[in-house]
Amino acid sequence: MAAIAGIGVLILIALLVLSALVALFGGAFGSRKLANLGFIVFCVGGATLAIASLAAILASLLANGLGGINLAVFTQDTPAVGSSGGLRNAIIGSIAMCLMGMIIAVVVGILAGTWLAEYSGRSRWTAAYGSVVRFVNDVLLSAPSILVGLFIYEVVVLYVVHHFSGFAGAISLALLAVPVVTRTTEDVLRLQSKQLRESGVALGAPLWITIKDILWKAASGGMITGALLAFARISGETAPLLFTSLGNQLSTVHLPIYREGGRWLFDPSLGLNQPTASLPKVIFDYALSAYDDWRRLAWVGALLIAIAVLGINILVRVLSAEPKRS
Amino acid sequence: MNGPMSSETTAPDTFESFTEAVPDAKLEARGVDFFYGKSQALYDVNIGFQRHAVTALIGPSGCGKSTLLRALNRIYALYPGQRAAGEILLDGENTLERGVDLGQLRAKVGMVFQQPTPFPMSIYDNVAFGVRLYEKLSKADLDQRVEESLRRAALWTEVKDKLQLSGLGLSGGQQQRLCVARGVAVRPEVLLLDEPASALDPISTAKLEETIVELKSDITIVIVTHNLQQAARISDNAAFMYLGRLIEFAKTDRLFDNPRARRTADYITGRFG
Repeated sequence: MAAIAGIGVLILIALLVLSALVALFGGAFGSRKLANLGFIVFCVGGATLAIASLAAILASLLANGLGGINLAVFTQDTPAVGSSGGLRNAIIGSIAMCLMGMIIAVVVGILAGTWLAEYSGRSRWTAAYGSVVRFVNDVLLSAPSILVGLFIYEVVVLYVVHHFSGFAGAISLALLAVPVVTRTTEDVLRLQSKQLRESGVALGAPLWITIKDILWKAASGGMITGALLAFARISGETAPLLFTSLGNQLSTVHLPIYREGGRWLFDPSLGLNQPTASLPKVIFDYALSAYDDWRRLAWVGALLIAIAVLGINILVRVLSAEPKRS
Repeated sequence: MNGPMSSETTAPDTFESFTEAVPDAKLEARGVDFFYGKSQALYDVNIGFQRHAVTALIGPSGCGKSTLLRALNRIYALYPGQRAAGEILLDGENTLERGVDLGQLRAKVGMVFQQPTPFPMSIYDNVAFGVRLYEKLSKADLDQRVEESLRRAALWTEVKDKLQLSGLGLSGGQQQRLCVARGVAVRPEVLLLDEPASALDPISTAKLEETIVELKSDITIVIVTHNLQQAARISDNAAFMYLGRLIEFAKTDRLFDNPRARRTADYITGRFG
């Protein structure tokens, strides 16, 4: 399998190089048609290489992970060496931390993006502050996620909570999602027509009501798309969780009211105030281990994340499709 | 300074101005200057808008007619660099003063824009949006207000069975009449229309013009238009503006049949513009 894929990639690269040479020197030999053909083959080859690598990743995930999927994956916690188990704690932990991170990021990001788009231009000083915010946001957008993890470790884990926790994980994921949501919110709000904004205000509505009831509604498709893309991005992140949520062999996440040992208990922290398992971290640990059953679980986890991200992206395509006129 | 052309362009430009006082002014601009940052767009504009009449503002692009319109409901206040000086009196009260409640002012002085701008919500909610801001009506009263407004905008028969559908699904002409209905629903005293028909086909334009003429029974209307025939058809008074100045203001028939300023005559006969 791997050998076939490797040979395929090599052939593709050879084709790319060859077509690039033809495109470059075809003209020199006086044949514009040849140069044109070379360029087309070069472009098609590049696109194929990109698609092929994605297809290869998906194929190997399916080949190695599909066989390991069974009910135990979703109902049992990660096993000790030599015993059987599943990924329940990691799946639930990932979902909980990603959702909590997204709640923080959506609130902060939408407010920040709205301020940048609608209010920052109102005076010279706010405009200057706005351009600083925008620049820093763009830097954060491309900040290495491990730095974000280290930062939260330093601030939250060492000085506030004093131990690894799901909260710290959620905060570091939020920090990665905030710039994406901020940026997309600002962009889609700026795309709304000036006249739409003015026509709300012209009815006597204050600007904030115009923004809340009209502009956000008009821009909702783009804003939801941005939030989902941010969600897709953080759901596969390992680095920011290494020093924050760490990991846990047990399922610690629960609903605010839950039943344990025959008694009903109330705990608004959802169990995120302790080290929390996550799929990417389990994959990281298990994939590097020496045990076959752990490695099998790592493949299953990787497949689950890939399916989730793929699902989110398909959802984005469906949601961002132009609504039909009645 | 040699040729006739250069002497003409460098000669000091004089703006002979002919304005008539209107008998019963609902809204009146006195000595209004307007600035976009440092550049001045209106120079000492004096004009009265007659109660329950249609006043048309005409003139070539960039003459300041839209700027004057935007000063009347202070929509320009959204943009920090823009300011107006002078006085704009609504029933004798200066609306350019500090401390004027802009929300209240704009509820009294409504506006319809060049491009139709339906809100991304149902037809019903589009019309009810402005009403809900300032009045607490019962469901039945609100229903009635929506129907009444859509009837006045001549849209009711076309949408009465799909009030819950999105306003974005209507045709361009219907959308513009929806915007008129939305503006009428808050029961404004003045309605400002900024080239409301320029994006519409002739049939939609005719419907919109009928609507405007009917609305003047209880609303004072100011309309900016590039279409001279339209101004002649629907307006009672007309003002010709040029380079930020009000050149001539008179009864519409007078202005079109017997213009007093040379520039007005040149513009309405198509010699420039």
